[in-house]
Amino acid sequence: MNNTIGSSDAPAPRRTIDIVNRSLKRRYRAERRFRFYGMAAIVLSLLFLALLFASIVFKGYSAFWQTSIRLSIFFDPAVLQQDTLVNADYAALVREALFKKFPQVEGRQDKRQLAALMSSGGVYRLRNMVLKDPDLVGKAVEVWLPADDDIDMLIKGHFRRDLPESERRVTDLQIAWIEKLESEGRLERQFNTTFLSAGDSREPELAGIWGAVSGSFFTLVITLSLSFPIGVAAAVYLEEFARKNRWTDLIEVNINNLAAVPSIVFGLLGLAVFLNFFGLPRSAPLVGGLVLTLMTLPTIIIASRSALTSVPPSIREAALGVGASKMQMVVHHVRPLALPGMLTGTIIGMARALGESAPLLMIGMVAFIVDIPKGFTDSATVLPVQIYLWSDSPERAFVERTSAAIMVLLAFLVVMNAGAIILRKKFERRW
Amino acid sequence: MQLYLLFALLGLSTAAYYVGRRKAFALAGRAAEAVRLHSRPTYHGALTALWCGIPALLIFGFWLVLENQVITHLVVRDLPEAIRSLPPDRLNLVINDIRNIEGGSFASQTTDPGMQAAADHYRQLRSISNHALAAVTIALMAAATLLVRSRITSHLRARNQVEAILTVILVACSTIAIFTTIGIILSVLYEAIRFFKAVPITEFLFGLDWSPQMAIRADQVGSSGAFGAVPVFLGTILISAIAMVVAVPIGLMSAIYLSEYAGKRLRAVAKPLIEVLAGIPTVVYGFFAALTVAPVIRDWGNWVGLDVASESALAAGLVMGIMIIPFVSSLSDDFINAVPQSLRDGAYSLGATRSETIRQVIVPAAIPGIIGGVLLAVSRAIGETMIVVMAAGLSANLTVNPLKAVTTVTVQIVTLLVGDQEFDSPKTLAAFALGLILFIVTLCLNIIALYVVRKYREQYE
Repeated sequence: MNNTIGSSDAPAPRRTIDIVNRSLKRRYRAERRFRFYGMAAIVLSLLFLALLFASIVFKGYSAFWQTSIRLSIFFDPAVLQQDTLVNADYAALVREALFKKFPQVEGRQDKRQLAALMSSGGVYRLRNMVLKDPDLVGKAVEVWLPADDDIDMLIKGHFRRDLPESERRVTDLQIAWIEKLESEGRLERQFNTTFLSAGDSREPELAGIWGAVSGSFFTLVITLSLSFPIGVAAAVYLEEFARKNRWTDLIEVNINNLAAVPSIVFGLLGLAVFLNFFGLPRSAPLVGGLVLTLMTLPTIIIASRSALTSVPPSIREAALGVGASKMQMVVHHVRPLALPGMLTGTIIGMARALGESAPLLMIGMVAFIVDIPKGFTDSATVLPVQIYLWSDSPERAFVERTSAAIMVLLAFLVVMNAGAIILRKKFERRW
Repeated sequence: MQLYLLFALLGLSTAAYYVGRRKAFALAGRAAEAVRLHSRPTYHGALTALWCGIPALLIFGFWLVLENQVITHLVVRDLPEAIRSLPPDRLNLVINDIRNIEGGSFASQTTDPGMQAAADHYRQLRSISNHALAAVTIALMAAATLLVRSRITSHLRARNQVEAILTVILVACSTIAIFTTIGIILSVLYEAIRFFKAVPITEFLFGLDWSPQMAIRADQVGSSGAFGAVPVFLGTILISAIAMVVAVPIGLMSAIYLSEYAGKRLRAVAKPLIEVLAGIPTVVYGFFAALTVAPVIRDWGNWVGLDVASESALAAGLVMGIMIIPFVSSLSDDFINAVPQSLRDGAYSLGATRSETIRQVIVPAAIPGIIGGVLLAVSRAIGETMIVVMAAGLSANLTVNPLKAVTTVTVQIVTLLVGDQEFDSPKTLAAFALGLILFIVTLCLNIIALYVVRKYREQYE
């Protein structure tokens, strides 16, 4: 294009304007094409985003419901008094109730199929009922108990009923029983409280995210209580006190580099230093918090520094002018004005730490942990690692639970980021 | 227990603050003498609190770090000779058992009395240690508080002393970044050197065969362990390249459109939405890649008649590219906006269309910054872990076919280190060697990128 303009003093008989006009159509076409590419790029990235969310919500929403079956359980004193109430064979009660419901079922094979309708987790529910109220012994009570995960998947339509029986995980007999129960109103989809309140389990219908959420909480408490003060202090020193010299340059280069070091390398550091050298416990939120602190520190330092730079120098000069010391100027005048920016950076750093899983794999927070962690040194896992663990499980029912756990994780992240945005909007000042 | 002690320490420091401040007020309050304090009473309080709290906290920290080793040493010393002469890894197992019994995670009747005795000894030592720690720190705090209190006079330059202490704390905090880097280098290097003693570095860097399974028994067949990392490096490069092929055009074009064409409203909506992509945890992308994208690609491949692995490099690379779009776009956006308006105006005044201005003026002017941004994105792609762990395979194929399964450096690190670790087998140490390579490569990319970006930022300022 530049050439055509440059050739205006050529001896050709045509005027420049003709040359320009002739190429104009082509150039406008190129313009439209370019614009279209730009638009397509944006549409494509938004499409990916929509696809990601849609696929997760579509896969996961059903996990918040769990198929339950209502059985008339007879708390048989003969069974319960054989042993202590804690160790009694509650599974037998469930089996008895099922056999009574379907008296025509004969033969070991069929009876086993019938018992497989129910989750083994019903046992714990019955035990808790009896421990809470020992008077139940000898009575018959209608109880809702969770169905097995295969039945749950069938009811939710994830297993097709029209396949030949040999390719299904649910047999024809079982389907017939289920349909009978359904027609009697004994089978229902209920809100899945187990998912929100239980720890991990090998049985999908008993698995919950509460253990992972607690682990994440303890880990983040450590991360926040270390990285915020340290990050702010480092930023204040570098921005307000340090002279520009080799040493501070070195620190700066280090911070910028650490911000871009792959997170898994921090995991290696944690494994070699915190576990092998200092001998801290494996799988503990304490160590996870320390590793994530080192990982988020650069983010917080960089955000805090930019918050400090945005405070105008006139504030500092005014404070110094009325006789404040440098430390007083920073603590009393600069810090309050920079605090919203620092907090915003900290929340964003915490959100990153909450979603991080790679370094935690290195320090053993991937163990299968059923108990809900109660403290900083208990074995624990965190929400993203729980998602990773479940996504590896072969059971179909874990797919929806993984998606649902992702939805919970994303909800936490949305809340944190929204908090950061509100904070910024509310306290943002233009000087 | 230790947590309670920590809270007690913080509580005592707060109390010390009030002790110091009261003393200062008492000094100033004597109207007859009309003393004028050098500093305000809060500084006297702060000085007392700092002297009370910091030494105690330091001792607390060191104690916790050393406690385990000292106690373990004492317990081991009293173990029977037969156990003490075990090789170190067996001995570690015994120590772990003792700790587990002490923590109550084993039913006690299943263990033999010797172990039970050792566990009791361990528990007793721990209890002694806890009590001693509490006694030492609290005594120290009381002494420090009283000492500082006795030294509070009207001439005490409390403010200057407090500020000096605070400055030291600030400096200490800012050096943590350096210690982290040193820690990374030392820890990774140390284990990597141990690895290179077992496996020559040339074999590691140039060998074509990667199968890190070591024989557990000496007579086992077919798993001697091969540590040629070229297939792993190639897999990493392949997946990163696919990611960049997706991310660079989309990211760059959306940045250009948003900064040059889009109206204010579209920009206000689209820019944050694209950045949401950067805030989604990588484990979510991994799940998306493994359960949504990979099956779709495999089905399409089968439909066309191609043989696609279920853990194809394409699926992992594609999803990683989506993740990286916002990095490329937001950095490019910054640099495109930094190009002075006068350059645009100059091009327009020569009759250039908008796209001609962008392609021939703005992008060339912004190219150093954009390259810096792309390099940062590459370093991110290389170090990305969860997507490839979940969506890429484990088998180290020496191939550049994106439809085959390949493995990456990060996948290998994770699979080698998750589960049983024996720090004397090359299998575990290989992870650190890979980590060292990963760290060096990303470090170089970052340094170049940051240098280019910084240089470029100065250009138009």
